[in-house]
Amino acid sequence: MLILDCPYCGTSADETELSPGGEAHIKRYGPGSSDTDFEGYLFGRENPKGVHFERWRHANGCGKWFHAARCTMTLEVFGTYAAQTFEPPQEIKDKISAKRPGWSWRDFS
Amino acid sequence: MSNSVSALNGENVKGFVQVSELGLQGMITLRANLSTPKVKKAIKDVTGVLVPKMRQILHDGDNSIGWMSPDELLILCPHSGAEAMVTALNDALGKTHALVINVSDARAMFAVKGADARDAMAKLAPTDFGMGFQPGEIRRSRLAQVAGAFWMVDQETFNVVCFRSVARYMFDVLAVSAEKGGEVGYF
Ligand SMILES: [Zn+2]
Repeated sequence: MLILDCPYCGTSADETELSPGGEAHIKRYGPGSSDTDFEGYLFGRENPKGVHFERWRHANGCGKWFHAARCTMTLEVFGTYAAQTFEPPQEIKDKISAKRPGWSWRDFS
Repeated sequence: MSNSVSALNGENVKGFVQVSELGLQGMITLRANLSTPKVKKAIKDVTGVLVPKMRQILHDGDNSIGWMSPDELLILCPHSGAEAMVTALNDALGKTHALVINVSDARAMFAVKGADARDAMAKLAPTDFGMGFQPGEIRRSRLAQVAGAFWMVDQETFNVVCFRSVARYMFDVLAVSAEKGGEVGYF
């Protein structure tokens, strides 16, 4: 069972309290963008074995969206962080680096 | 004026703990930036209760305030006074960006009472009902298939609130959890 600590209400929420929101930190390409960028925005998703960044919503709880960094292979959770950010905070990156030296994900490492 | 009745008209059932629908209860949802002095003052002046901290529920006389999220509070008050309290809060908040709405008749409230109340609750919600959960804390979660919030009134009483539309389901699932023969004796 996946358990994530909600950064907004401080509870350890199991996955039955949460709604998945798909991949995190996706940049929107809207009207005026190139076909390639638009296609990437709509359909291009990472499918890593290992470190991954996702959006989750504490649906049966405080209702807030937040981010989570976890390992898709072991289900180990590296940490959760606020929704109001374009990239993982340094503290989260450091935690991942401590456990998965040399990791990278899209433009982050 | 119509005759207000609660969702299940005070229905109650006794298993190894007692499950009761608590009748008419005033409830107000308030959304605002809870850290601003003006919002804090307005809430305290009108309700007599301080703005609660994360997952806290505070009581003063007939009024209680539960922390629902970083920008949302649930104010509990007598049903007959809810409308007046909404007006008073709106007046006190003035032009501050905020939402105050009387949700009394959109909700239902229950009590789960008895020495093994923690056991009855633990069958339904993915929450740690061990001794770390004490009066003064409010938790939003789900009970079986529906969303609900609950807090402890004392060591053997939980109050549960949910949407009125799922009141029947909530009562029935609490009643099943509390059935005699279903004692767990864990907590
Ligand atoms: Zn939460």
